[in-house]
Parts: sequence; C-alpha cells; structure tokens
Amino acid sequence: MSDQTRPTIPHGSAADLPANALKRFLKATEIDTRLLGMAGALLAIWVGFHLYGVIFRDGGAFLTPRNLWNLSVQTSSIGIMATGMVLVIVTRNIDLSVGSVLGFVAMIMGVMQVNILPDYLGLGSPLIWVITVIIGMVMGALVGTFNGWLIAYRGIPSFIVTLGGLMFFRGAAFLVANGKTISPVDADFALLGGGPYGAVGFWGSWVVGGLACIGMLWMLQSGRANRQKHQFALRPLWAEVFMAVLGCGLILGATLLVNSYPWPTGIVKNYALANNITVPPEGLFISHGFAIPVLILACVGIAMTFLMTRTRFGRYVFAIGGNPEAAALSGINTKWMLLRVYALMGMLAGLSAVVSSARLNSATNALGVFDELYVIAAAVIGGTSLAGGVGTIYGAILGALVMESLRTGMVLIGFDTSIQSMVVGVVLVLAVYVDNIYRAKSK
Amino acid sequence: MALANTGTPLVELRDISISFGGIKAVDHVTVDLYPGEVVGLLGHNGAGKSTLIKCLSGAYKADAGEILINGHKVEINNPRDARTQNIETIYQTLALADNLNAAANLFLGRELVSSRGFLDESAMEAETRKIMARLNPNFRKFDVPVSALSGGQRQSVAIARAVYFNAKILIMDEPTAALGPHETQMVAELIQELKRQGLGIFLIEHDIHSVMKLCDRASVMKNGQLVGTVNVADVTDDDILGMIILGKTPAKAA
Repeated sequence: MSDQTRPTIPHGSAADLPANALKRFLKATEIDTRLLGMAGALLAIWVGFHLYGVIFRDGGAFLTPRNLWNLSVQTSSIGIMATGMVLVIVTRNIDLSVGSVLGFVAMIMGVMQVNILPDYLGLGSPLIWVITVIIGMVMGALVGTFNGWLIAYRGIPSFIVTLGGLMFFRGAAFLVANGKTISPVDADFALLGGGPYGAVGFWGSWVVGGLACIGMLWMLQSGRANRQKHQFALRPLWAEVFMAVLGCGLILGATLLVNSYPWPTGIVKNYALANNITVPPEGLFISHGFAIPVLILACVGIAMTFLMTRTRFGRYVFAIGGNPEAAALSGINTKWMLLRVYALMGMLAGLSAVVSSARLNSATNALGVFDELYVIAAAVIGGTSLAGGVGTIYGAILGALVMESLRTGMVLIGFDTSIQSMVVGVVLVLAVYVDNIYRAKSK
Repeated sequence: MALANTGTPLVELRDISISFGGIKAVDHVTVDLYPGEVVGLLGHNGAGKSTLIKCLSGAYKADAGEILINGHKVEINNPRDARTQNIETIYQTLALADNLNAAANLFLGRELVSSRGFLDESAMEAETRKIMARLNPNFRKFDVPVSALSGGQRQSVAIARAVYFNAKILIMDEPTAALGPHETQMVAELIQELKRQGLGIFLIEHDIHSVMKLCDRASVMKNGQLVGTVNVADVTDDDILGMIILGKTPAKAA
C-alpha cells in the first residue's frame, strides 16, 4: 500500500475492520490505551506467578484472597508517596529523600506516642493516635518545605538537595532514639497499618464499595451533563453504560475479594474470648474487608487526581513541567509552586510513615530504606516522564501495584532477594523503553 | 496615521535603561506608541529590542526610566502587572506549554473556575472554540496537546491568547518568523484588523518588507541605544537599512 493511496481508504473498509473496531471502541469509551497496557501487564504478572505456582509448586498462591489482600496493604505506603512523586517529576525535579524522611518522621512519631504523649494524655488515650498522625504529617511537610525552599529560592538542583536529604535524614532517624527500635506503638495507631483489626470488616466494605459506585456513577453523569450544556460531542450511550458497568464491576469485585479473606483462627479465638462469643465447631468466618491503609491510599489517590486535573494548582504543575518559561510569563509564581509541591511530597511521606510504622507495629531507624527508589520507579512505570510535563496519579498507583506484585510474587515462588532486585531493575528499564516506543508511535 | 499622533500616547517608555553584568543592554531609550498604530522595533540581534520590550511585558524590570500608560506612570514588576494594564505579549518562542491543549494554554494563569473554585474545562473549551472560529476557522484540534499542532496553529493559539483578554497594547516578537507564506498573510490581516479596533502594537521584526508593509513608524536600535524613530511612509527601505547597519539617521526623518 503506497502512502498516496492510504488516506483515501474509507473508514471501516474490510481490511481495516478489526483494528478499526478496537479503535472506535477505545475512542468511544475514551479509555487511555496506556492504562489498558498497564492493566494487561499487571494481569499477566498475576496470572504468570499463579500458574508458576500451579505448575512448579504445590498449587498457585498468588490469585488468592489472602495474597491479594496483603498485596493491597503492601502497596499502600509506596503508592501514597508515588502520587506525590508524580507532581515532583512532572515539574522536572526529583525527590531522593522520601525514604529517609519516612524513617525520620516514623521515629519522631514513635517517640511521641510511646515516650511523650502517654505522660500527658494517659496510656491508651484515643487522642494519642490523632496527635501523632498530625505531628507526622506536619513534620513531613516542614521537611518538604525546607527542601522546596532550597530548590526553588536558592537555586540548588533538586537532585543535590534531596540526595543530601537522603543521607541527612537517615542519620537523623538514628539520632532520634539513638538507634533503638520503638515497639509496640499505640494500639489505635497500629490499626492504620492494616491487619485483621485494621480493616473495616464485611459491612463496612460493602458500604465503602457502594459509596464508591455511587460516586463513580455521579461523575459519569455530571460529566455528560456538562458536555451537553456546552453542546460538545457526547460519548455514545452504550460507551457510558459500558464504563459504568466496568467501574462498578471492578469496585464490587474488589469488595467481594476482600470480604472472602477470613480472619485467621487464632485471631478469631481471641476475639471470641474477648467478646464472649462461642465459636461453633466449624469455625467462625469473619471477613477482613478493606484494610484501612488501602482506604487511605484510595482517598489520597482521589484527592490527588482531583488536585491535578480540576484545580489551578494542578494545571500550573503541568504548565511548569511543559514549559517553565511560558508558565512564568503567564504570571505563574513558579518558585512558590515548586515549594508547595515539595511541601505536599513531604506531607505524603509523613503519611506513608504513619502507614509503614503502624503496619510494622514499631518504629525503626531503617524504615523506608530504598523506598525513594521504589517510589520513583512506581511513578515512572506508571508513565510519568522524567522529561517533565506528563504523568498521572492513577498510573503511579498502578505502577506501585506492579512493583509490589513483582516483589510478593517472587517471594511466593521462592526467589532470592538478589534475583528479586535484579528483576525489578530490569522491569523498570523495560517499562520506560516500552513507554518510549509507545509515545514515539502515537505522535 | 502619523497625523493622528498628537494627543497622549497609549504607551510611553521614557529613558529606559537596563544592564546585565555591566553590559548596557538598553541605554536611555525612549519610544512611544499611539492607539491604532503599529510601531516596528528594528535592529540587529542583540541590539536590545527584545530586552526593551520585556520591560513593558513584565519579564524584566528596568534599572532606570519610567513607563507611562495613557500618560500615567505605572509600575510593571511582573507579567501579572502587565496583564492588568491590558498589555499582552506574543513571544517569538510563543511561550506555550507544549503538554497542554489549546484551551489550557489560552487561559494559562487566568483559568475560568466554577463557583466552587474548580477549573471549568468545558467553559474554557467553549470560549476557545469561539475565539478560534474568529481567528482561524480551520482550527479543529482542541483536545490534543499543542505540541501536536503545526507552526501556524500554534501561532494562532498564541495570538488568540492575546486577543481574547481584550488587549489594548500588543507586543509581537517576530510573529511570522516560523510561518509559511499563507500563515504570514493571515497574521498580517490580523494585525490590520486589530489596528482598526484601536489597539497599539509593538512589532519586533527583522524582515524589512514586513516592516514597510505593516508598520506606521519604525524605531531602530543599535548597541542598546535608539538610533531614531521614523515615519515609515517618509523613508525608503535603504534608509531603514542604513539606520540598522550604520546607525545613521536619514536626513529627512523627523
């Protein structure tokens, strides 16, 4: 087929039919093909690990409610930070200090809730976890603000500032309690890290799932109404229905999944003893439901997506990444923006410190080691371009899920940690390479 | 047109100086601009035209001198100040964020927001469609990043941005440098149209023929200093070239 004849072929001619049908479908539903690719890769990883278990071990262990529930909890900490890293990278910067900041903030929170606050509020006071979380997020935001100030107003490259931060805060984390591990943390605080008690249970999960479905339907409806108001082309109705069914299906499927993972018998026994319930001989089936850290990640993801796509702040972040000069000439205060981006990143690192130390039920000065690399990798696998200007929040969360899936999958089938890090490294490079090819083709 | 230049100028840049690291980029330059007039700024690369004009658009702050709008002294410290004075600039580089679409670029820094303070994308797109229908009716690419647009399409986005916000004073830095003949013609027609609406336009331009065709007066700079300002109708191409190259004012010029 020569180049000259090509454009004259009418749409939907016999030869192009299958490709066109898919294209039309994607155009009508406005599904991002990159998102589709990532979902496909994720599914391949999941099925691959499961089949490996089925064939070479005594049964697949990956696609089980238990593993997927744990996977969701493990993704939370990295996922929360990855949403902030998207903003940092979109503005053509980097933050290498998040892992160390996480460790530092976790140690401060550990000392606060175990050694200081109980003296004033009494051991087990319900205020302890609230104050601790606030302190953690404020501390993180302060560190981020300082980083941002050095980068934006003192003109030091972000790579250097945060590389310094990586070393400084790791050391500072040690000094906070002279290297001691602080454990256990406050009982209420520990719920924020997940575990059988740190999940919202059977009915709680259905409420969450139901609200999520209603929210999604409302978004689809209001989007359509808005297009109608301005007389823009509407998505075909079947496409809207398809999206609604797909979205609700995913949400309700996830709810079914987390509800089919029961508490371990030991926990059930303790719970029954404490609440004077007699356990029937066949055992009690108590669902975990959505883990609290996963719900935190979901809220962060929604809030950050909103920030990036519906507010001036997000628009300016993208503009600075696309063309810093143009942004400044449009009257955007780029330095102030950058400072706020780093403050937000720091605050999210503080929130991740809450989730990580709560999940471990202790604060150690080694918490968050190498997290900065996993966070950056998650953002980049999720399609955030290091050249700036391009990136999505959902992509970063999916990227975090891909990374964690690889890690847990390799643990399940018994790979060494040495092999694990090699594979993760290869996947990171490969993901960016594939993304480059995709971008070049779609131009 | 030159006959009308008797009242208060729309803009007066009076005795402007600015230096960078000891080099006087602009050295006591005075130029003015009347409503409905196009003043060309000419000179070699590095003559100081862009630097001078950036003092008016808010990208630079002059070391000395004053800026008068309609006879009143104003302070322009940043691009935002310039915009509040209805000064709009079309930069040579177009100053577009390549990763954003036409509507986002048009409203960059001045987004339309809903009553709750969130971006009103649909309203911005609707407004963009309206203005583009006027400036470049063939423009269809509203939902792609401007990096996917041709030079002329990008130019029309940059011009739309200036026109949409009711500019009184327009600064154009080589608006046709990257354009083909058809698009250049489009820009020329637009300049005539804006003139009729009473805008004052500073046009930085290298091409002498464009200057002769589009401008009412021409101010020529050399080595940071003003060589002189002439009525284009009173001089020839060669006179202006002489000013640019030799820094020599033609005898008959005012």
